[in-house]
Amino acid sequence: MGSKWAKVWPPLMAMIAFLLVWQGAVFFFRLEKWFLPGPAAVVQEAISIWPRLWEHTAATIRLTLLGFSLGALTGIIVGGLLHLVKRVKLSVYPLLVLSQNIPIIALGPLLVMWFGFGLLPKVLLIILVCFFPISVAMMIGLANSDPRLMNYMQMIGANKWHIFRRLELPHALPYLFSGLKIAAAYSVTSAIVAEWLGSSKGLGYFMQLSSKGFMAPRVFAAVLITITLSMSLFGIIALAERWIIRWQPRKEGG
Amino acid sequence: MTSALEVREVHKRFGRGGAAVDVLGGVSFAVEEGEFVSLIGPSGSGKSTLFQLIGGLEQPHKGEIRIGGQVTTGQRGHIAYMPQQASLLPWLTVAGNVELALEVAGTAREEARELTGSWLARVGLESYAGEYPHVLSGGMQQRVSFLRALLTPRSLMCLDEPFGALDALTRMQMQQWLLKLWEANRRSVLFVTHSIEEALLLSDRIVVLSASPAVVIRELRVPFERPRSETLWTDPEFNRLKQEIYAQLSQGEPAAR
Ligand SMILES: Nc1ncnc2c1ncn2[C@@H]1O[C@H](COP(=O)(O)OP(=O)(O)OP(=O)(O)O)[C@@H](O)[C@H]1O
Ligand SMILES: [Mg+2]
Repeated sequence: MGSKWAKVWPPLMAMIAFLLVWQGAVFFFRLEKWFLPGPAAVVQEAISIWPRLWEHTAATIRLTLLGFSLGALTGIIVGGLLHLVKRVKLSVYPLLVLSQNIPIIALGPLLVMWFGFGLLPKVLLIILVCFFPISVAMMIGLANSDPRLMNYMQMIGANKWHIFRRLELPHALPYLFSGLKIAAAYSVTSAIVAEWLGSSKGLGYFMQLSSKGFMAPRVFAAVLITITLSMSLFGIIALAERWIIRWQPRKEGG
Repeated sequence: MTSALEVREVHKRFGRGGAAVDVLGGVSFAVEEGEFVSLIGPSGSGKSTLFQLIGGLEQPHKGEIRIGGQVTTGQRGHIAYMPQQASLLPWLTVAGNVELALEVAGTAREEARELTGSWLARVGLESYAGEYPHVLSGGMQQRVSFLRALLTPRSLMCLDEPFGALDALTRMQMQQWLLKLWEANRRSVLFVTHSIEEALLLSDRIVVLSASPAVVIRELRVPFERPRSETLWTDPEFNRLKQEIYAQLSQGEPAAR
């Protein structure tokens, strides 16, 4: 119990100090709300418009979860298939890397142009952003199993399926989870971008609307919620990881 | 009667051209049905390489390998295997690891589970059945690794220096343990070791390899009665044989270079 506190309180103190300095600066320099609101004003604003804010948040959560799940599924399948068919992997891999250099800010409007303002282009955007870190993590994990264990499996005459299912796949799981954690953060921000580019609901839309109206407290409130969403998704994945990967010796303390 | 294993004039070379190294220079020997044969040779003489050939992971340059009378050169899936490091899969429990080896060898899942459960109890490991390997000591992991090979329904067991990584005391305990288990369940075994005492204690026959390119420089039958015990160590014949093999090993090495 004590060691848990020792881990939690330094970042917590830093956080509180940051909020205090922020609030203090706003107060001390007499900054206008529309220019830079203090944390207290942001929370106040969020509470006063909560029903509307929650509607937008719910829309963003739905979009993020849909895009993330489909992206994760695509990433896992693509990673697994490319690993099993080595020749395809060699030819497709550079293309995959290349595709990651297309800025989403350019990709977004194109997708909207091709697929309209509905759900499809937004989900596609998130899938495109998500699946890459996941499939790469998956492939690296699958390709790097312990050579001694590999030798053992081959010596006892294990076939390709046994090797994949019992050696490579379990070995790839921790890699996969770190890919999922990275993709989780990406998927929330991509959802925001997608909503910003063409939507009538969601936090991205709400941020755009508020910033055009110089309503900084609302923008900040939306940002705060975005961060919370991102961290929650990360937390859920970390929990799932602990629940699924139980065979590793737990690290004690720091 | 067909032998459990026959190695005939096996040659193996790694690399090509000027950089090529001859590791095996025509090795021949056999393991009879139910016989325990130890393979001794200097480090680097190609014992592990020979196992990779028997396991079908490598192809010999020349020569052939027969298991149970059938030519199996370059074919996998004919042997039960125990490597030097326990090599238990960390994500499977102790029971899961044993079951996996059986399943790979074609045992039905239900049967594998029953067999594993009853054998773990028989060797006193039942309380670890549900544990992951990392909580086991090195000696215990090797017991599981041996059990996994013993239960695999294949006619030949290949053990590559299974006790090489253990401390002296654990090693002695493991030798006794293996001796008892094997004497109760005679399987055909090919056993690699660096320890002459270990080979004398456990085997029916010892095959001595030269330094690489390895050839068989000596084969001898171990004359001691079974069941054996550690009192063997005090037997004058035991020490005489030990000296003899030791002399052979140390003169065989420079001669082959
Ligand atoms: N894949 C390979 N490519 C090239 N050389 C190899 C390869 N595998 C083994 N060798 C060489 O073959 C020789 C024999 O190696 P091997 O591991 O079979 O010896 P060993 O008798 O098992 O030795 P030890 O008793 O130390 O385990 C060594 O010189 C090694 O460098
Ligand atoms: Mg070796």
